[in-house]
Amino acid sequence: MPSQTFDNRRLVGIHAERVTNVSNNEFPGHYPGEDHSWNLEKFKKNLTVTVQRLSQHSIDFDIVGVDASIANAFRRIMMAEVPTVAIEQVFVWNNNSVIVDEILAHRLGLVPLNVDPSLMKMREPDTTPTDQNTLVFNVDITCERNPKAPKGTLNPHELYINSEFLSSHITWTPAGDQEETFAAKRPAPINPNIVLAKLRPGQQINMELHAVKGVGKDHAKFSPVATASYRLLPHIKITKPIPPSKAEKFQKCFSPGVIKIDPRTKEVSVDEKNVRNDSVSREVLRHPEFADSVELSRVRDFFLFNVESEGPYAPERILPEAIKVMREKLAVIRQAALALREKTTTVDTDVVMADS
Amino acid sequence: MAEAVEKIKLLKSSADLSAATYQIHDESHTIGNSLRWMLMKNPKVEFCGYSVPHPSENVINVRIQMYDNASSIDALISALEELDKVCEAVEDGYLASLREDKFERWVERT
Repeated sequence: MPSQTFDNRRLVGIHAERVTNVSNNEFPGHYPGEDHSWNLEKFKKNLTVTVQRLSQHSIDFDIVGVDASIANAFRRIMMAEVPTVAIEQVFVWNNNSVIVDEILAHRLGLVPLNVDPSLMKMREPDTTPTDQNTLVFNVDITCERNPKAPKGTLNPHELYINSEFLSSHITWTPAGDQEETFAAKRPAPINPNIVLAKLRPGQQINMELHAVKGVGKDHAKFSPVATASYRLLPHIKITKPIPPSKAEKFQKCFSPGVIKIDPRTKEVSVDEKNVRNDSVSREVLRHPEFADSVELSRVRDFFLFNVESEGPYAPERILPEAIKVMREKLAVIRQAALALREKTTTVDTDVVMADS
Repeated sequence: MAEAVEKIKLLKSSADLSAATYQIHDESHTIGNSLRWMLMKNPKVEFCGYSVPHPSENVINVRIQMYDNASSIDALISALEELDKVCEAVEDGYLASLREDKFERWVERT
């Protein structure tokens, strides 16, 4: 693989004690004689989006050629504005477990549900719940002694029946036309094995739970992602050849796999495929013999995203949902701006009656 | 919501709207920073900046000043439209890459 080179302007310098050239200056008028005005065609030509890795819980993808403000907008929306459904109200009829009502209610709120948010409407504050905006769940669990427990056992699972209140004990009670709407997938917690409380004989929990649609900026329980983050692609430039005797020491200054050593010539080079795995620890700059033979930097417009999904969305669906939310926001603001323009220009053309 | 709040309010402006501050309700850095960047890409814009005046107020203020008495609201509207195209381009690229299916698939243990 040929060594990847980047225009110096795209690099954020990383030095022992500081970073340099952090902001992007490609605006009209900044560089004399260069045209940096917005050009969609040019933007599309420079843009690359590549999915790197995908599992059932997480996705890694690169967005190259966008400004940090755009990448950051996507990240913020993925965490705070993509809607999901979570338990919002808990009506406790009976709870004599050792976990108090408030704590239990909070724990219930954090349980991820498998409900597709597009099937529900947002419930406005102070309005009555309907079958369009609220899902009702019930919990009714009592712990008892197990009459068939093996003699001499100390295991609570054998000694008692229902010694744990698990997320699988949350059962859905359909209302209105919900039976048809949610026929494809019955609403339930995604993970059935979350321990919400431990019970002992005589203790019982009887509750009604109301789940609503919400967004992460209201409460983190509504966030569809476990983490959504990006970092910039590391870039390592070896400016002076590293003596063969120091090659291994040099290699150890970086994350495993980032620096290659030719087995015959002991020549040191950067592995362009693995350079993304470097932690940019700057260890190499601590050694005086290496400090002036390497330049560390990051590529300012090369965003390596990592998104972990822990909710109803498959990991690969989260970015498209975030972009949908962003475009809806832009459309709402645009409508308001058009209305404002209409208002301000019509006022100007009004005939002003002169006071006599 | 009980009372309808204006999405955009005009705070201070010159008569011809060549320089104006817009207060956008229910928005944050998410829109503020991207909008500022797109407005600054416009060569007719002399200055553009945004702020979140106070964390307990759910608004952002966007200041736009134009060269040659051009209209700042036209610049604002076109910036919003261009940002939408940026979103569309990123989404298209992402979906194309997913369809190409050249990425590594792995199984995560829970």
